[in-house]
Amino acid sequence: MAETLCRDCTELAEPDDGPAGPVLACPICGSTRIVSHPELETLAIAHIDCDAFYASVEKRDNPALRDVPLIVGGTSGRGVVTTACYIARRFGVRSAMPMFQAQELCPRATVIPPDMAKYRRVSVGIRAIFEAATEVIEPVSLDEAYLDLSHDNLLGDVPAAQALALIARRVEREIGITVSIGFSANKFLAKLASEMLKPRGFSIIGQREARKVLAPMAVSKINGVGTVTARRLTATGLETIGDLQRLSEAELVARLGKFGRRLSMFARGEDDRPVTPHRAAKSISAETTFRTNMASTAELVEVARPLCDRVATALERKGKAGGTVVVKLKTADFRIITRNRRLPHPTQRASVLLTAARPLIEAEADGRFFRLLGIGVDHLCPATAADPPTLFGEEG
Amino acid sequence: MRIVIERGDLLRALGHVTSVVERRTTIPILSNVLIRANGNMLEFKATDLEREVIEQAPATITTPGAITVPAHMLHDIVRKLPDGSQVELTRDAERDRVTLTSGHSRFALQTQPAEDFPDLAAGEMSHTFEVGASDLKRLIDKTRFAISTEETRYYLNGIFLHVASTGNEPTLRAVATDGHRLAQVELPRPSGSDGMPGVIIPRKTVNELHRLIEDGGTTVSIGVSPAKIRFETGTVTLTSKLIDGTFPDYGRVIPQANDKELKVSNALFMNAVDRVSTIASERGRAVKLNITGDKLVLSVSNPEGGSATEELDVEYGSSPLEIGFNARYLLDIAGQLEGESAVFKLADPGAPTMVRDSADESALYVLMPMRV
Repeated sequence: MAETLCRDCTELAEPDDGPAGPVLACPICGSTRIVSHPELETLAIAHIDCDAFYASVEKRDNPALRDVPLIVGGTSGRGVVTTACYIARRFGVRSAMPMFQAQELCPRATVIPPDMAKYRRVSVGIRAIFEAATEVIEPVSLDEAYLDLSHDNLLGDVPAAQALALIARRVEREIGITVSIGFSANKFLAKLASEMLKPRGFSIIGQREARKVLAPMAVSKINGVGTVTARRLTATGLETIGDLQRLSEAELVARLGKFGRRLSMFARGEDDRPVTPHRAAKSISAETTFRTNMASTAELVEVARPLCDRVATALERKGKAGGTVVVKLKTADFRIITRNRRLPHPTQRASVLLTAARPLIEAEADGRFFRLLGIGVDHLCPATAADPPTLFGEEG
Repeated sequence: MRIVIERGDLLRALGHVTSVVERRTTIPILSNVLIRANGNMLEFKATDLEREVIEQAPATITTPGAITVPAHMLHDIVRKLPDGSQVELTRDAERDRVTLTSGHSRFALQTQPAEDFPDLAAGEMSHTFEVGASDLKRLIDKTRFAISTEETRYYLNGIFLHVASTGNEPTLRAVATDGHRLAQVELPRPSGSDGMPGVIIPRKTVNELHRLIEDGGTTVSIGVSPAKIRFETGTVTLTSKLIDGTFPDYGRVIPQANDKELKVSNALFMNAVDRVSTIASERGRAVKLNITGDKLVLSVSNPEGGSATEELDVEYGSSPLEIGFNARYLLDIAGQLEGESAVFKLADPGAPTMVRDSADESALYVLMPMRV
């Protein structure tokens, strides 16, 4: 007999198992979209991920796109896929895939460039729905967040599981897109759970079953295990999380250093990272990869100009000012160079950023070719300190 | 070349000239000091191409000549020699060496020919005049803090020295500003300076001059031309290029009609500003001045650090005012004041504010408020 949550009427019930086994429908509304789990009442950490966020927003706003494969991403020669809708995914299109490759896989796909301002607005609306449930929200990106729904953090008068069902329903009804929810005991498990049943999913990994659920999964499922680490692990015969479970923490540390400790914890389904709300931005930046590599100061500065505009706009939107300008360059052979300069006064102005960035770019533009330029600001402070008025006016 | 010089005289001369020598330079000879022996005087010269310092020192010259040697190295050697020792410098022309002997010490220094040493070619000065060393020091002391360090505004990277008039008094005036604060100090106009071109003296020259005045003579002779300036005091001559730019029309930002006068004990004010600004970790954070009746409340609030307030008794007879300033700028200005009181002449929270020294009519400071 397990607690059951109905994802349609959002009611919790504790139905008796019928003669034919566990219940398959909500005893209140009859819906079959129910979730049952013995730990439903004790879990508190959720990971909520919007399904194909950018593509879903575009489909919402243009019904003509609803039933066609849709790819949001850079349309230029070196563009990559930002988001592919679920129809396009059936053709093998994936995020971060080069656009030309995506279009080879799915020639019928409609490709549109991302409209970040719009997604940001939508994200704010979704965030507001989260905020009705708990104060402890850790946004990961525009379309993804961790929520801590421990009893002390809950704002509504319903338990955590029910609050999540309500969030999913409100996002669908009020925002017009769907989310997938992972509900578990910690961030690591919650994230895995949210990926298990997508789109419009609601998955639970209980603390007690965690080892068993994790065991068959590939090591690359673990947060922080990228291609390189995964290859290293596979090479030594460690392919699944279950393989890791059979090794002691000491052995993993011996093989992988400090990361081995974290890996050992994750493999056992443990994660002590708290949900950290309001990760205040420490820096703001904008960057771009060039269509063709470039070397001259003049060209680079022309690229820097709109980037400075974007940083200035972001600073203004966030009510912040930058105290240090950071220039990032990636050489043709993928070496990353960053140079910074402290400003006389914190600024929100694109012109001030460009003036400070120019000599930094000049100093690096020694004939080498670059493939990427980024402009950022550091040492953020409140906008009130930005660009103090001068005696002589602007040009002072 | 062969000379003998007393260690103290040599040390003093090198101390004056070597500070213009850059530690790192792309032109090797600029690391050197030129030593020229002629008659019974030894001449030392160093330059960074923007300015040069020439110093004379008495010496026993056996063989005249001229050579250049590494400046900082020579200075360091001489500094380490015992007090009162005699130093002999001999040029070994064949081996391109200068040998320095003193007591039991012996050094061989690499040389470069004197003919290769750059000359700033001062040329004719159109105006020459004399000012008291202490007067010149005062002009520098009270203005140099306001010099801009922003390279993009190169024309503000120095002190603007020019002739002006206050009331009916002809003056020699020094002004420096970084666009946020301004300092102006003047002297009665010295004879010979009438009609001199207004010149912008680069910050580095200003600092060099300040050092040289400290142990120079009681007067400084100043020669000015449109492109260069020369200062002579005691045995030392500093010649510098000027900043080639137009100093802004600063007169228009000096408030003429600020009628709200605030008088406060400068010492108490400085300490209080210093205390409350502890809270402001970021640079450029504002101190808020809330003035009502006879009370001044200073406050700083930092969303990440907390807040601080302090109350001071002041003399103020106008309507209440709330105005914000950069804490560091306030302290910089307050630090120049000699009198018991600082006198603020205010208009409104968005307009330039004037600060006067109760003990020095010839100095004035202007400060742009911040948004609070």
